[in-house]
Amino acid sequence: MYEFVTGPLAWLAFAVFFVGNIVRLVLYVRGLDWKLDRVTYSVNTSFGVKGAVRSILFWLAPFGTHSWRDNPWFTILVFVMHVGLIFTPIFLLGHNIFLQERWGFSLWSMPGALSDAMTIAVIASAVLLAMRRIALPEVRIITNANDYLMLAIAVAPFVTGLIARYAFVQSEPWLIVHVLCGELLLIAVPLTKLSHFVLFFATRAQLGMDYGIKRGGMKSNGINW
Amino acid sequence: MPEGILCNKNKVTTLEQLQALLADKSGKQYYQEMNNLDVDAKALWDLIQKTCKSRIRTWLDICTHCGLCADSCFYYLANHKNPTQVPSYKIQSTLGQIIHRKGKVDNAFMQMTMDTAFSKCTCCTRCGVYCPLGIDTGVMFSYLRGLLFSQGFTPWEMKIGTGMHRVFQAQMDVTTEDWVDTCSWMAEENADDWPGLEIPVDKENADIIYTVNAREPKHYPEDIAQAAILFHVAGENWTVPSQGWEETSLAMFAGDWEACKIQVESVYAAMDRLKPKRMVVTECGHAYRATVIEGPYWAGLKTGKTPIESFHYVEWVAEALRTGKLKIDPAKKIKEPVTYQDSCNYIRNGGLWEAARYIMSQIAEDFREMTPSREHNFCCGGGGGLNGIGRYREQRNVGLKVKRDQILATGAKLVVAPCHNCWDAIRDLEEVYEIGIRWSFLKPLLINMIEVPEHLKPAE
Repeated sequence: MYEFVTGPLAWLAFAVFFVGNIVRLVLYVRGLDWKLDRVTYSVNTSFGVKGAVRSILFWLAPFGTHSWRDNPWFTILVFVMHVGLIFTPIFLLGHNIFLQERWGFSLWSMPGALSDAMTIAVIASAVLLAMRRIALPEVRIITNANDYLMLAIAVAPFVTGLIARYAFVQSEPWLIVHVLCGELLLIAVPLTKLSHFVLFFATRAQLGMDYGIKRGGMKSNGINW
Repeated sequence: MPEGILCNKNKVTTLEQLQALLADKSGKQYYQEMNNLDVDAKALWDLIQKTCKSRIRTWLDICTHCGLCADSCFYYLANHKNPTQVPSYKIQSTLGQIIHRKGKVDNAFMQMTMDTAFSKCTCCTRCGVYCPLGIDTGVMFSYLRGLLFSQGFTPWEMKIGTGMHRVFQAQMDVTTEDWVDTCSWMAEENADDWPGLEIPVDKENADIIYTVNAREPKHYPEDIAQAAILFHVAGENWTVPSQGWEETSLAMFAGDWEACKIQVESVYAAMDRLKPKRMVVTECGHAYRATVIEGPYWAGLKTGKTPIESFHYVEWVAEALRTGKLKIDPAKKIKEPVTYQDSCNYIRNGGLWEAARYIMSQIAEDFREMTPSREHNFCCGGGGGLNGIGRYREQRNVGLKVKRDQILATGAKLVVAPCHNCWDAIRDLEEVYEIGIRWSFLKPLLINMIEVPEHLKPAE
C-alpha cells in the first residue's frame, strides 16, 4: 500500500498538479480577448508589463496594499497560512530524506522545530479563517460548503503529517493517510478554487494590465494598490 | 413571446419610439409591461457563451469568498453593513446564478438582477482595488447590464437614453442645429464682456477640438460660454464640431454596446473631418471614460487610443496653469476650506489625480482632502447612471450618506466637482440632507480668479 501511494499514485498526483496548472494558465490566457475585455494586451506592452508586475508585487507583500493594511488580522492569517502551505512541504526534512532515498537528491531542510511550528501555524490559521467565516456576517453570507471543503483539503496533509510524526503507536497507517491527503491536495489545486495557486498571478496580472494600459497607467505613475 | 409596446428587446431607433417612451410618465406602462416580458434563455446563453470569456469566468470561479470587498463598497457602508450589499454576494447571486443556470432564469429573476445591477452598484470599480485576487465586480456589473439590456430588462430612463444616442447621437434631444445655435447664442451673449470671444464651429486644423455633455447645450449653456471664455483668455486655437460634439454615453450605463459604438464613432469622425491636434473633454467623468478610455475598444481601434490624443478638462486646466496660459490672481484664490470630489471615471479609472491636485494647489489656500481620496475615493453615490433613474431614487439617496459624511469630515463648505454626475449627486445630497455645502465645476471658479490681459478686457 505504502509503495503504491508513494509510487504510481504520487506520480499521478504530481502529473495532474503540474499539467493541470499549466492547462489552467494556458486556457486563461487564450480566453483573454482584447476587444471584449477592452484591454490592448499586445499593444502598449511596456505599460502592460509594468501594470502587471506592480499588481502582483504589491499584493504579494504583506501589508503592501490598502486592503491588506485595512485588515491586519486577516492579512496575517492569510500570509502565515500560504507561506506555510507552500514552503513547509518543500523544505521538510522528512520529505527530503524521502527524496534522497527515491531519487538520490534533496533540497535544503529546515529544522524540525521550525517545520512543526509552521505546520501548527497553518492549522491554526485555517481554523481561525474558518471561524471568521462563521463570525463575520459579510463573510458568512458568501460562504458555502465548498469553502470549508477547500480549507479542509488544504490543511489535511498538515494535520495528518503532524499525527504521523508524533503518533505513539503505528505511524505507517497515518503516513499513508498523510500521503493520500497530500496527493488529494495536489490534484485539487488545478481542479478547484485552489487553482488560485496559479490563477492569482493571472488575474492580478490581467487587472494590472487593465489599469496599466487603459485605466490611467499611461497618465500616472500607476495605481496605488 | 410577449413583448411590450414600450418594454421589449428591440432597440429604440426612431423619434416616434422615443416620443412614445417619453409620453409614458415615469415609465409606468413600461414597468408594467416588463412584468410580462419573457426571457429568451437560449439567446441569453448564446450571448454569454460568445462574450463571457476567461476573464469574467475566472473571476467568478476563483472568488474565495473572503469578504474583503465588503468595506470597499459605499453601498455596504451606507446600508449599515447589510451583508446583501457585499459586492461578491451581489454578483454571485445575479451574474453567477445566470451562468450557473445556463441562462435559464425567469422574469422575476431578471428584474431582481436589474434592480441589483442598477441600484446596488454604480460600477465605480472600487471593490476591484481591494480584492486580493483582482476581481473587478464593477466591470462584471457593467457586463451584466449589457446582458440585461439584450433581454429588454433595463430601467426606463436607460431605454430612452440609448434611443437618444441612436437617434440624436447625444444623450438628449439636442440636434445639430440646436447645438450650433446655442454656441453662437452664447458667443453673442458674452461678446460685450469679452471682446473678440468666439465659439468657432467646424474650424479645421485647430489645436483643440472641444467636446461636451449634452446637458450643457440643453440645460447649462453658460458652461459652454465659460469654456469659451477660458480658451479665449488662454489664447487657444480651438473649435467645436457641429456633429460629434457629444461625449457622454448613457449607452455605457445601459450596456447597449452597439449604441456606445455609434456614439463614440460620431466623435472620432469629427476628429477625422476637422483634423485638430488634440481633444479636450468637458468636466464630465463618464463622458471621458466612455469616449476616451473605453470608446476606442467599442470602435475597434487596435491601439486602444482615440484617433487623436484626448484630455479631460482637468488636464487642460492643469496644463494652462503650469504653462501660464491661465494665471490666477493670488488675491482671488479660494480662501475658505475647500475639498475636491475625485470622480471614479477619470481619477480611479483614468489616473488623473495629480492634475486635480495641481489645480487645487493653485486655486485654493485651504484645500482639504477627503478620506479616502484620489483613486481610493468613494463614488459620489450617483454614478453609473443612477442619478437619472427614478425607480431607484430611494436607494440612491441612502447611498449619498457616505459622500455626505466624507464631505462633513473635511470641514469644507465648498466642494469642487469637475464631473456632471458627481456635481448632481452632491447637489442632491445637499437637497436631501441639508448640510449647508456649495458645489461647483472648475470653470465658474476659474473665471472669477484668472488674471485677464488688458487687451482682452472690454473698453470702458
